Amino acid sequence: MADSSIAARTPVGRRPARHVLRAVVVAYLFFLVAWPLYLVGRNAFADGLASFRAILTDPDVTHALQLTVVIAVVAVVINTVFGVGISMLLVRYDFPGKRALNALLDMPLSVSPIVVGLALILVYGGRDGWFGPTLEAAGFQIIFAVPGMVMATVFVALPLVIREVVPVLQEVGDEQEQAARSLGANAWQTFRRITLPSIKWGVIYGVVLSLARSLGEFGAVKVVSGNVLGDTRTATLVVEEKYLNFDKGGAYATAFLLALVAVACIIVVSVLRPKEER
Amino acid sequence: MTSTTLVPDRPAGDRRPARAGLPLTRVSGLGLGVAMVWFSLLVLIPLAAVVATAAEGGWAGFWRTVTNEQTAATLRLTVGTALLVTLVNVVMGTLIAWVLVRDHFVGKRALEVLIDVPFALPTIVAGLVLLSLYGPDSPLGVNIANTRIAVFLAFLFVTLPFVVRTVQPVLAELDPEAEEAAASLGASRLVTFRRIILPSLIPAIAAGAALSFARAVGEYGSLVLLSGNLPMRTEVASVRILSSVENDNPDSAAAVAVVLLAVSLAVIVFLDVIQRRVVRRG
Amino acid sequence: MSIEISHVGKRFADFVALDDVSLSIKAGRLTALLGPSGGGKSTLLRIIAGLERADTGRVEIDGVDATRLPPQQRNVGFVFQHYAAFKHLSVRRNVAFGLEIRKRSKEEIRRRVDELLALVHLGQFGDRLPTQLSGGQRQRMALARALAVEPTVLLLDEPFGALDAKVRKELRDWLRRLHDEVHVTTVFVTHDQEEALEVADEIVVINDGRVEQVGAPDDLYDRPANEFVMRFLGPVTQLGDQLVRPHDLQLTTDGGDGVPGRITRVTRIGFEIRVEVTTADGQPVTVTLTRNELLALGIGIGTDVRLRIAPNTPTPTLPPTPTLAPAH
Repeated sequence: MADSSIAARTPVGRRPARHVLRAVVVAYLFFLVAWPLYLVGRNAFADGLASFRAILTDPDVTHALQLTVVIAVVAVVINTVFGVGISMLLVRYDFPGKRALNALLDMPLSVSPIVVGLALILVYGGRDGWFGPTLEAAGFQIIFAVPGMVMATVFVALPLVIREVVPVLQEVGDEQEQAARSLGANAWQTFRRITLPSIKWGVIYGVVLSLARSLGEFGAVKVVSGNVLGDTRTATLVVEEKYLNFDKGGAYATAFLLALVAVACIIVVSVLRPKEER
Repeated sequence: MTSTTLVPDRPAGDRRPARAGLPLTRVSGLGLGVAMVWFSLLVLIPLAAVVATAAEGGWAGFWRTVTNEQTAATLRLTVGTALLVTLVNVVMGTLIAWVLVRDHFVGKRALEVLIDVPFALPTIVAGLVLLSLYGPDSPLGVNIANTRIAVFLAFLFVTLPFVVRTVQPVLAELDPEAEEAAASLGASRLVTFRRIILPSLIPAIAAGAALSFARAVGEYGSLVLLSGNLPMRTEVASVRILSSVENDNPDSAAAVAVVLLAVSLAVIVFLDVIQRRVVRRG
Repeated sequence: MSIEISHVGKRFADFVALDDVSLSIKAGRLTALLGPSGGGKSTLLRIIAGLERADTGRVEIDGVDATRLPPQQRNVGFVFQHYAAFKHLSVRRNVAFGLEIRKRSKEEIRRRVDELLALVHLGQFGDRLPTQLSGGQRQRMALARALAVEPTVLLLDEPFGALDAKVRKELRDWLRRLHDEVHVTTVFVTHDQEEALEVADEIVVINDGRVEQVGAPDDLYDRPANEFVMRFLGPVTQLGDQLVRPHDLQLTTDGGDGVPGRITRVTRIGFEIRVEVTTADGQPVTVTLTRNELLALGIGIGTDVRLRIAPNTPTPTLPPTPTLAPAH
C-alpha cells in the first residue's frame, strides 16, 4: 500500500505533533459520531428486547418495514440498470451534450430532498401537476402512492452507481473489449463476458451504497408519500412518528434497525474494497 | 536497441491524439435515448417545474416571497450555518484525511467506517443519534435541542464525509519525493506542508467544501427531531418549503426551492470547473 | 488471404492520421508496418481489424469487401501492445474465448486450447490468471488467443513494445519461427527498424500518414526510395553531397584517390568503432569500422586519411534533398 511506504519514509521526529493530531481527530469523531451512535443502541435496548418486540408485532410497523425494503430494492434495480448503462455511454461514447449530462447527473446529490419531493408533486401531483391529472385519469396514481415514493428514492440515490462505475470503466480501458470484438463477440457478449466482470466491484459498491441510501431516504419520501398509516409509510417515517408521539422506545428500536443496516452496508464496502485494490 | 537511427528526433511516445469516445451506434444511441427520457421524466422536468412555478408569480412575486420576514430568516440561518460548517469541514476534513493517510495506529480501520456512517445513516436517524448525546437526556448534561447550535451540529454531522473523502485519495497519491526534495532543500515540515502539499490539495478541498455546503443548505431530515423548527429561530429553508407544501402553497414553496436549486447548480458548475482544471494540470 | 487497401484516409479532429493510403499485403507473408510514432501505422492496422473506421477508401480481406464490417465479423486475430488480457479469466479461458463465442463443442475447445498452449509454451500455466504471468508470457497467451479462432489474418500492434529488450529479442525470433510453422498472413506494427528487418518478409514504411516505400528488407536497406526511408532504416552520414551508410565508407592512409580528411574523434561502442573524420572542406563524416580494421590501419586522432565509398556498395547513394521526397 502506498501510504505505508510514505509513513516508513517520514522522519521519526515530531512524534508529539503526530499524537496531537491523532488525538484531535479521534476525539472529534468520538463526540460527533461514535458516542451518539452507541447511545442509540443503548437506548434501543434500554428495556431489553421489549421495544423490539413491540415494534415487530405492530402490523403498521412491519408493513412499513416491508414497504421500505420493496421500495429500496426496486429503486436499486432501476438505478443499477440505468447507472451502468449511462456510465458505459459516458465513458465509451461521444455525443453532443455529454459534458452537461455528466454534470447534471450529480445534481440529485446536492438537491434538498424536500425540493425533490416538491418537484415531483409539481409534475405528477394528481390535482394540479403537469402530467398528474392525465395519468390519474388513466388510472396511474403516482403522488401519495408507492410509484411516487419509488421515484423520489430513485432520484436521491441516482448518482451513486454512476459515481462508482465511471472511474472503474475508465481505469479498465477499452482494450479488453476490443480484443473480445476482434475475437468475434458481439456487443452484448462483450458486455456480459468482459465488461461486466471487470467492473463487478464498482457495481457492487454502487449497489450497496444505493441500498443504504434508499432504505434510509426520509425527506423526499415524506413529501410524496402522504404518510398514510399502514399504506404509504416507510421505516424512517415510523421513527419520526413514534418519537413525536412520545414512544421513544419504538423510535429508538426502529432507528437502531435502520442504523444497523446502514453500518452493515458501510462495513461490507470497506471490507470488499481493499480486496479489489490488492 | 543496438541500432542507431539518425532521423531527426520525433517527440517520444505516440502522437496519436488520445482516443476520444466512439460515435454512437444504433444500439447505444437507442440506449442514450431511453436514458435521457427517464432522466428527463425523473429529474429534469420536475426541476423545471419548480422553476416554472416560481416564475409564475413574476419577479416581484418571487422577490416578495423570498424576502418575507420569516423566509428571509430561514435563508439567512441556512446559508450562514452552512458556510460556518463548511469552514469547520475544510479544517477538520483535511486534518482527518491527513491522519487517515499518513498516520498508522490500531483502530484506524474503525475510524474509516465512522467517517462513512453519516453518509449511509438515514437522516431521521442521524437526528435521533445526535439527540441522544446532545438532547434532553444527554449523559453530558448539555441540552442543545431546539437551538441554533443544534442546526450547526446536524449540518456538521451529515457533511462529515465530503471533505475527508475528496481529499483522502489525492493525499494518498501525492508523490513523497516532492516532499523529500523540499526537505532536502531545507524546508521545515510546516513550510513543506504549506508550499508543497497544500497547493495540490486545494482543488480537492474546494470540491469537498462545495459538496458539503450544498448538502448542508438542503438538509432536512436530521433537523426534524433536533432543532424544533421554531420559526425565526431554528427553522431552515427545507422545513420552510415543506410547510408551504403542507399549507397548500406550492408557489411560495417553489420560490424558496429555486433559491436552493440555484445553490445546487452553482455547486455543480463549480465542481465541473475544478475537475477540468485538475485534468488540465494532469 | 491477401489484404487490399485502396485510398484509405482517416482524420482525428484536425490531425490527419492516414492520407489516401493504398497498399496490397500478400497472402501467407509476414509484413511489417514500420515508421515513427504517430505516423499512422497503428491506425492502419486498426482499420484493417475494424477497430477503427476509415473516413474514405476501401478495405478488402481475402477478396471480400470488409470496409463496413464490424470487427467481430472479420475473422481477424488482433494482438495488442499491452496484451489486453481478460483479467478475470484464466489463461485457458482467455485462449478459449473466441471458440466459446463460436459455440464450438467442449471437446473441440479443450483439444484446440491444449494445442495452442503447447505451441506458445504455456502448457503448464493454463489455470493461472493473466496477472500471474510475466509480460512475455502474457503476450504469448494473447497470441494463442488470437490464433485460436483460425483467423484469416493475424494483426499485431507493437506486440513487443511493452517488453524489456531481452524478452523482446526472444519473442521476435519465436514469432519468426511460429510464422514459418503456421503460415497465416501476418501484419505487425513496429517503430523499431531492427525488429522489422530481422523478422519481416516485407516491410511497409509509413510516415506522416503516407506509404513511403514497400519492399523486402534488403531492398529497403540497400535501395531506399528516398532520404526518409534511408535514414529511418539505418545510420546515415554525408560525404560531399552524397548520403551513405557509415559502414559503406572505407578509410585509407596510403594516398590514392578519395576525399582527404583528418580523424577528429574515435569512439568505441561495443563491437564497433565510430570514427569521425573532418574533410579538407570542413565536413564532418562518420565511418564505422571493426576493432580489427582500426588496428590494421594503425590510425588514431590526428591521422590524415582518405575517404571513399566501398566498391561493392549496393546503395544508389541518394543526393540529400532539402525536404523529404514526396511519397507515391
